[in-house]
Amino acid sequence: MKVVLWGTRGSLPSAGPETARYGGNTACAEVRADDGSLLVLDAGSGIRRLGAALGAVEGRVDVLLTHLHMDHIQGLGFFAPLFRESGEVHIWGPPSITADMRSRLGRYLSPPLFPVRVRDLGSRLVLHDAPEGPTPIGPFVVEAALVVHPGPTIGYRIRAGSRSIAYLPDHEPALGARDFPASGCWTSGHDLAAGVDLLIHDAQYTADEYASRVGWGHSSVDHVLAFAKLTSVGRLLTFHHDPGHDDDTLDALHQTMMERSGVPVEPGREGMSLTL
Amino acid sequence: MSDHEGTQAGQLPIELILLRQVASYLDLPVFLVDTEGRLVYFNEPAEPLLGLRFDEVGELSMVDWLAAFRPADVDGGALATDAVPLVVALREARACHAVLTISGLDGVRRAIATTAVPIRGQGGLLGAVALFWSAP
Repeated sequence: MKVVLWGTRGSLPSAGPETARYGGNTACAEVRADDGSLLVLDAGSGIRRLGAALGAVEGRVDVLLTHLHMDHIQGLGFFAPLFRESGEVHIWGPPSITADMRSRLGRYLSPPLFPVRVRDLGSRLVLHDAPEGPTPIGPFVVEAALVVHPGPTIGYRIRAGSRSIAYLPDHEPALGARDFPASGCWTSGHDLAAGVDLLIHDAQYTADEYASRVGWGHSSVDHVLAFAKLTSVGRLLTFHHDPGHDDDTLDALHQTMMERSGVPVEPGREGMSLTL
Repeated sequence: MSDHEGTQAGQLPIELILLRQVASYLDLPVFLVDTEGRLVYFNEPAEPLLGLRFDEVGELSMVDWLAAFRPADVDGGALATDAVPLVVALREARACHAVLTISGLDGVRRAIATTAVPIRGQGGLLGAVALFWSAP
């Protein structure tokens, strides 16, 4: 299994010379099975470059959305496969008790926010509620579960062959916990992440920043280190960097993390490619 | 969740996790059970009425906590299992209120008023929660 990061930034695209090394595009990751099958994780602004890199490749593309906050869907209208008449795009996302996926995506993909409506996209578009149980998508087995973040938000656990990753880009497992991390059964996201080879996880804030942003749906670096240790992951990749953190700030933050982490940790960088 | 190598018992639904977190801040006794009626948590304000700290009790099956607390009506008559508000909330998926007596784990019988409510998430019934307080 191979993972390529196309957008690692949280909340807002943050292009500029001060963010050039870690990248300014919002959440998007490419996951490839050994046979080349593709999953796309989230559709932040990073998905535009991924779509361009895919070129005229035919066949099915599956996009797994964790939630419908703007930084995770804003790239959809610029994802080339959605406009290709021969293409087939499946979009998976969190279920809602109030509106189906088409209606919810249509709030963004329609005027006045966007000139093209969902129904006018050229590809064959299939929308799914993310399944609770293990579900095969090509050679992958995908599981989804609700996690702590404002609004319906899911994380994913993806397995291909003997390798597994967990993707929790927006996650505040410490919210309200008096003794974080508690036991696994009382920790949001635990079963998604437990024992995976690679955990891609929200690490938006420093501990000081978190203190004034409790309930915003994100983790401090201390929280993600504790979560990674609790879930015994093989490797941690930090993600959803705060738009206010420039490259030098992230360098310093991650140096501190690497010194304190009980598991191998790396900062997620746009363009980074990992083979598991 | 599926086969997670080397992990402990399965994670509870996020709705129960958040309910426990909220309950841990409330000055109101809260008693939380899963879909099987298994006691998974009660908070500190519940401890004086139930007679022990949750850490000393731990999780209990519905059969065990019914046997331990021996719910009875206000006249002391044993309450049928199907009349216990939490059981009603779980089995009939509706709210239920009652005034009853329970035997605390410290051996003291106390009158309580309780309202139990089923917890429904997007995936259906996830458990039930009882709020309770001393009855006059």
